Amino acid sequence: MTVLGLTAVVCGASLVAGLLGALTGLGGGVVIVPFLTLALGVDIRYAIGASLISVIATSSGAASAYVKEGFSNIRVGMFLELGTTLGAIAGALLAAAVRPSGIAVVFGVVLIGNVATSLAARRAGTPGPPEAPDRLAGRLRMDGEYPSLHGVVRYHVRRVPAGLSLMSVAGALSGLLGIGSGALKVIAMDRVMRMPFKVSTATSNFMIGVTAACSAGIYLHRGYIDPGLTMPVMLGVLAGSVVGTRVLVRTPTRRLRWLFDAVILALGVEMIFNGLTGRI
Amino acid sequence: MGSRDGSEAGRRRGWTDADVDVVISRILRSGLALSAALVAAGAAVFLARHGAEAAAYRVFHGVPRDYREVSGILKASASFHGRGLIMIGLVLLIATPVARVVFSVLAFFRERDRTYLAVTGAVLAILLFSIFWLGLR
Repeated sequence: MTVLGLTAVVCGASLVAGLLGALTGLGGGVVIVPFLTLALGVDIRYAIGASLISVIATSSGAASAYVKEGFSNIRVGMFLELGTTLGAIAGALLAAAVRPSGIAVVFGVVLIGNVATSLAARRAGTPGPPEAPDRLAGRLRMDGEYPSLHGVVRYHVRRVPAGLSLMSVAGALSGLLGIGSGALKVIAMDRVMRMPFKVSTATSNFMIGVTAACSAGIYLHRGYIDPGLTMPVMLGVLAGSVVGTRVLVRTPTRRLRWLFDAVILALGVEMIFNGLTGRI
Repeated sequence: MGSRDGSEAGRRRGWTDADVDVVISRILRSGLALSAALVAAGAAVFLARHGAEAAAYRVFHGVPRDYREVSGILKASASFHGRGLIMIGLVLLIATPVARVVFSVLAFFRERDRTYLAVTGAVLAILLFSIFWLGLR
């Protein structure tokens, strides 16, 4: 394939990935890395380099909209970034030590884990009514509010230490796999810290950029970030996320989760298969 | 106590959390816009010159040394190499969240919020350590 042809194909796929990523709050990385490696045969190190950069673009674009609208909880985001950035360093250093096929297998496991946790969470039903304030979260002034159709909704934040630990894992996976780890970040806030789903999604987007920037310097130094490949990924994902963000406020989140789960599951199985058979 | 309070204290100091939100939003948006513009400009040059060549990403060689260091990237973009311009855009993109954290440090300093001044300061230190010590040198 010529450079021009590859640029066009990658740009189109990245646009779709960016759209889905913004709608679900998961970022485009989880789709674009499998696409580049499975469909185009790109070396996984170039793929995770390009993806990590696109993750920063998506996060900055989406976060700038959510922050202004008051969905993001900046204090929670900043505090949890302590965990994600340290994790991101560990992950990026690990990426150099693990073989590419190993990265592919871990990638697949993470994709399937995404689906499993999302299904389990759905069976458990939505969290009950607002709970009592938490002492640590109160002291850290994390409780917040967000705008909704029925006026301002206040909420309490809970279980900060558990959330922080999970965020470190999310950071490590982000650095190792070149993804935003938005799914795990949302789980940490939505399920563990009991924050509203939309606030979790928006705050996750806010944190992803800082987490990814932390490993990006290491990737750049290792030569993972190729300008020719990263350019269409970044521009495509960015365009998709801009469109996706505009739709978030009025789209039902449940149907989207189902759609995304099906895609992710298929990609996960294929990544593991290709990693184990040495095709990646 | 809410994170977006327009409390007495906040208003007296002239900066509420909502104001900070707006500035953060602007930093992210303008950093991103500038970066995207540079990447798009670089893309035009790169595709015009190399569009017809065969794409080679199947085997990992690593990006050439010139594009792994800020000095090399600056040199390449100064002579209007497409890939150099793209890389400048990407470096700017990486710098955008860092700028946001720098601003948060300033904001919490002005709000005299010691806890979060320490938190954001620590995040900034981790970021700079990773980017400049472990990454670029």
